[in-house]
Amino acid sequence: MKQQVKYLAELARIALTEQELAGLEQDLEKILDYVSQLEKIETTGVEPTYHVVPMTNVWRQDKVEASLSTEKALANAPERHGNFFKVPRVI
Amino acid sequence: MKFETVIGLEVHVELATASKMFCGCSTSFGAAANSQVCPICLGMPGVLPVVNQEAVQLALKTAVAFHCQIAAVCRFARKSYFYPDLPKNYQISQYEEPLATGGWLEISGQRIRIRRIHLEEDAGKLIHPEQDQTYSLIDFNRTGIPLMEIVTEPDLRSPEAAVEFLQRLRQNLRYLRVSDCSMEEGSLRCDANISVRREGQPGLGVKVEVKNLNSFKSVRKALLFEASRQTRLLIEGKPFRQETRLWNENLGITESMRGKEQAHDYRYFPEPDLVPLRFEAGVTASLKTEVVELPQARRERLIKDYGLSSYEAEVLTAEKEVADYFEEAVRYYPQPRMVANWIMGDLAGLLREKKCAINQQPVTAEMLGELARMVHDGKITMTAAKDVLRETFNTGKHPALVVQERNLVQIDDASAVKTVVDQVIAENPKAWADFLAGTDKAIGFLIGQVMRKTRGRANPRKVEELIRGYRHGK
Ligand SMILES: [Zn+2]
Repeated sequence: MKQQVKYLAELARIALTEQELAGLEQDLEKILDYVSQLEKIETTGVEPTYHVVPMTNVWRQDKVEASLSTEKALANAPERHGNFFKVPRVI
Repeated sequence: MKFETVIGLEVHVELATASKMFCGCSTSFGAAANSQVCPICLGMPGVLPVVNQEAVQLALKTAVAFHCQIAAVCRFARKSYFYPDLPKNYQISQYEEPLATGGWLEISGQRIRIRRIHLEEDAGKLIHPEQDQTYSLIDFNRTGIPLMEIVTEPDLRSPEAAVEFLQRLRQNLRYLRVSDCSMEEGSLRCDANISVRREGQPGLGVKVEVKNLNSFKSVRKALLFEASRQTRLLIEGKPFRQETRLWNENLGITESMRGKEQAHDYRYFPEPDLVPLRFEAGVTASLKTEVVELPQARRERLIKDYGLSSYEAEVLTAEKEVADYFEEAVRYYPQPRMVANWIMGDLAGLLREKKCAINQQPVTAEMLGELARMVHDGKITMTAAKDVLRETFNTGKHPALVVQERNLVQIDDASAVKTVVDQVIAENPKAWADFLAGTDKAIGFLIGQVMRKTRGRANPRKVEELIRGYRHGK
């Protein structure tokens, strides 16, 4: 279980202390326990509920609308370089 | 021992919509960095994506053109991973329920099966400056552009076949106006799965995914390299693992991504922000009426209806606009082979020279038909016609007007031509003497002089006859 929590934390890019890890391990245990109870319910032939609203085909026309100004778009950038977002090297 | 290469392709195509997949930002190429972004495509909290209907329509059209089964219901899914070009930290894609499955596209008489077609959104563009290796830059303009993924079955048996498939696919998608499929601008991108097996061996060999293929040439080179690398390892009995490799264009090799490759755990789940798409049972039938005649059918028809060679038909159908132009010109002047020659010869030359497309230049199909007719009727010589075409191409003036203005009507009067020939002979005694002495090259010069004096209005064949007649008769 601990390995699984560590793996999930890694996938979600969350750094956890040993203490937090232990706490989450217990939480996850409880959640999985609950889910395993749900799994006992007979659901053969029941369509999964992806949405609670019975809607389909919600779409928009292919029309260009105003974008943000570049200044606004970059306002929350941790760092910028000209009109670009700047991030630590990724290659 | 014989080996067989097995290739399957995953092709990504940016759809030719005006706005993005889930927001109203423009999709136009080449805009200033981060000028076509909004809270939706930047992945700000609390926003709601809404599907672009045209993107769905284009994908459906593609599915019908490639004989796919359109799903009655399809859903979007979240594909989660972290990379700076993906501001939401997930890509909206389709997973278990794609838009269409099970089609095919024919190459050289062989059907290459298409496994699935689905819709998703493009990621941003990363730039890695050379001068400072500590940072990368991101332009999110491309983020959220509608992307259609087409996945083939592993039906291709050589790098050449893979390239042919890609070229045919591109040609078809351009006919359908689904995408401009420009590999340079990245609106057509391709990853390849390739494995090698002993001939006759059941099942597939160890599969390698090759990425970073940015041109038809790199697809061919990368697959040739990878096929021979795997074959060598098999011969040497060295085991190798399933992995993703990057094509290095400079070195001409594929390279393992090794540590850089993260565990592929995308944790797909149904996208809660988007409701499913549902298609009526009759959607395929109604879309069929929207699908234009595709290249293969058109090639066959041009051969059958106009008596073209398969080479001529291939060249003329490479782009839909050229085939349209050809058929229109033939309506004005019903000599298909002659019209084909003009388009494939002089007009193609001018288009290459000016780097423009056939529908972006002033010579209309009617003008070209008229030009071919004037040559055929003997009104102007071929030499003059080539000049006329160039002038029409440069100025947009109708060929008939150019002929009139420049007084290019062929000199029909034999005595008028003879006068000029006599004059040229008198003015060029050395060339004439050379010719009489048996230097056949000299006649070319003499004919050229006559053509110059008549500004191309004499028929060069008749001039030649006349001069040769002099040598024998005079
Ligand atoms: Zn946007």
